[in-house]
Amino acid sequence: MMQTEEQNTSQAMQELVKGIWKENPVFVAVLGMCPSLAVTNTAVNALAMGLATTFVLLFSSILVSLLRKTIPKQVRITSYIVIIATFVTVIDFTLAAFFPDIHKALGAFIALIVVNCLILGRQESFASKNNVRLSIMDAVGMSLGFTFALLCIGIVREVLGSGSLFGLSLFGPHFEPWIVMILPPGGFFVLGFLLLYFNWLTERRKKYH
Amino acid sequence: MSELIWIFISALLVNNFTLSLFLGLCPFLGVTQRVQTAFRLGLANIFVMLITALASYALNTWVLVHAPYLRLISFIIVIASAVQFVEMAIKKLSPELFKALGIFLPLITTNCAILGLALFSTSKGYNFVEGIIYALGAGGGVTLALVLLAGIREETKVLNIPKIIQGTALNLIIAGIVSMAFMGFAGLFGGH
Amino acid sequence: MSTEENIIEEKEPSSFRLIMTLGVAGFLSGLILVSTYLYTKPIIAQNKADALKAAVFEVLPGTARFTTMNWNGNQLTAVEDEQTIEGELVYFGYDSSGQFTGVAIPGEEGGYQDIISALAGYDPEARVIIGLKVLESKETPGLGDKIILDKDFQSNFKELSVDPEITVVKKGEKTSDNQIQAITGATISSNAIGRLLQKSMTQWKERIDEYNRSNPSSKVSDDAN
Repeated sequence: MMQTEEQNTSQAMQELVKGIWKENPVFVAVLGMCPSLAVTNTAVNALAMGLATTFVLLFSSILVSLLRKTIPKQVRITSYIVIIATFVTVIDFTLAAFFPDIHKALGAFIALIVVNCLILGRQESFASKNNVRLSIMDAVGMSLGFTFALLCIGIVREVLGSGSLFGLSLFGPHFEPWIVMILPPGGFFVLGFLLLYFNWLTERRKKYH
Repeated sequence: MSELIWIFISALLVNNFTLSLFLGLCPFLGVTQRVQTAFRLGLANIFVMLITALASYALNTWVLVHAPYLRLISFIIVIASAVQFVEMAIKKLSPELFKALGIFLPLITTNCAILGLALFSTSKGYNFVEGIIYALGAGGGVTLALVLLAGIREETKVLNIPKIIQGTALNLIIAGIVSMAFMGFAGLFGGH
Repeated sequence: MSTEENIIEEKEPSSFRLIMTLGVAGFLSGLILVSTYLYTKPIIAQNKADALKAAVFEVLPGTARFTTMNWNGNQLTAVEDEQTIEGELVYFGYDSSGQFTGVAIPGEEGGYQDIISALAGYDPEARVIIGLKVLESKETPGLGDKIILDKDFQSNFKELSVDPEITVVKKGEKTSDNQIQAITGATISSNAIGRLLQKSMTQWKERIDEYNRSNPSSKVSDDAN
């Protein structure tokens, strides 16, 4: 994965795009499971969680990449965790102040962004080894991929489980919602089947190439 | 007393950390190939959770009332260091136990179930005893989930499963079924 | 093999440098955290106060403002600071002309899934519950959350007598004013609400009566005069 730090646009683009599809953090790398299942019972919550994670990942990556030569190897993990925890606390307070409803819906899971393996993973494997520009691209790409995955799960669960999308009723009053979908088992099922679909896509592509 | 039992059962079964709150899924999906490993991992989890309950109670009582904005950072750092200290102590005092828990201890520290425990017991406002009981229940719940899944996975090894469903997809679907079964526990305390 | 060279090249940084790095990281993060905290704290407190206000206005129809009252072990005393949230609190409501509209009482009870917390509006003169708002509940969506959404269930709390005690009966079996009709299919959550109200009432009924007896003027708010 690690190429020389040749800064051309195509590489930057590549770093951006890989996170969305080829190395999608949820569907391919299976990272950050707990937020992607716990708060995706509605599309709005899924989007909010995605954006909060984006904020933390982006700013942590910038900072870690800037400091990559100053932080000694021995204390790097601790430093990364301090940086990540700082940004998570910032987003936690900001949401509580300006979007109290979203803050209430996500609850303690905002704080749990700290232990999302995706974020620490990107610092360790990318931001600490690449310049700021590439790190931003990587962070944005991974965040987009993560948000996209969360939205997929959130949309499926909300449509099946409440018969609505972003709070708007889709099927009228006679729809009998499939309640289990917005309950915990639904999270496991939906992600399981989405992974299955992804595996099938990958297999099929292999066959035709 | 009945309050304490309710806290324990709620954390163990009704609001099971893994199956209903989705905490600690990484080891749940990754390491649970064999029942024995799963059981040991579970034990190590209970152990770390107890330390976490102690540490977070101390932090909440003496530090965080003055500086709530340090909650997250201090939880993570204190828990990680506490576990490291305990690990060293165990290695010295009881090599047997160290062998059993061994590599799992440091791994568990970064597990979201641990931080989740600290955060949830803070937000529920548990006192010292309640916090310990909650930690026992939550740890027991995680162990239960790990062992159950590992058991089912041991069985699936002898089955002929199509390639695309193998791995995480299958685990998630199994987890979903087990989670659905656990929903049945929800009514346990309704009548009281 | 280049391992040996590597060891020579990458000399252990001194402990001083390690501690400095962590110190600087801690200092910077502290700086960011404290400034965010100080900036958002009043807004968050305001949000909480607004949410409480909205809930009190909802359970006590016609209320325009309220006084927070604290139980200090012997009697009820008015709390000056509106943002106080600690202690055993109830909220005395008054309408725009200063007339007493009732007391809003918070309560908690274990439901089907987790703790349900709610605010009840109580009229101590007519001795009836006049409103109920569930503040927090994780009851099963589609079943237990009907305690919030179901109109029929909510209509139980328009004029629910608190004497001799609040009980829950099956739907259609209501025979007297002190009975709540449960939601079909969500009996456990309905029962939890019944217990919650009864608990609040045993705790507060006497205290509020006592206060109103010794402070008849409380029925008309002071600054409306």
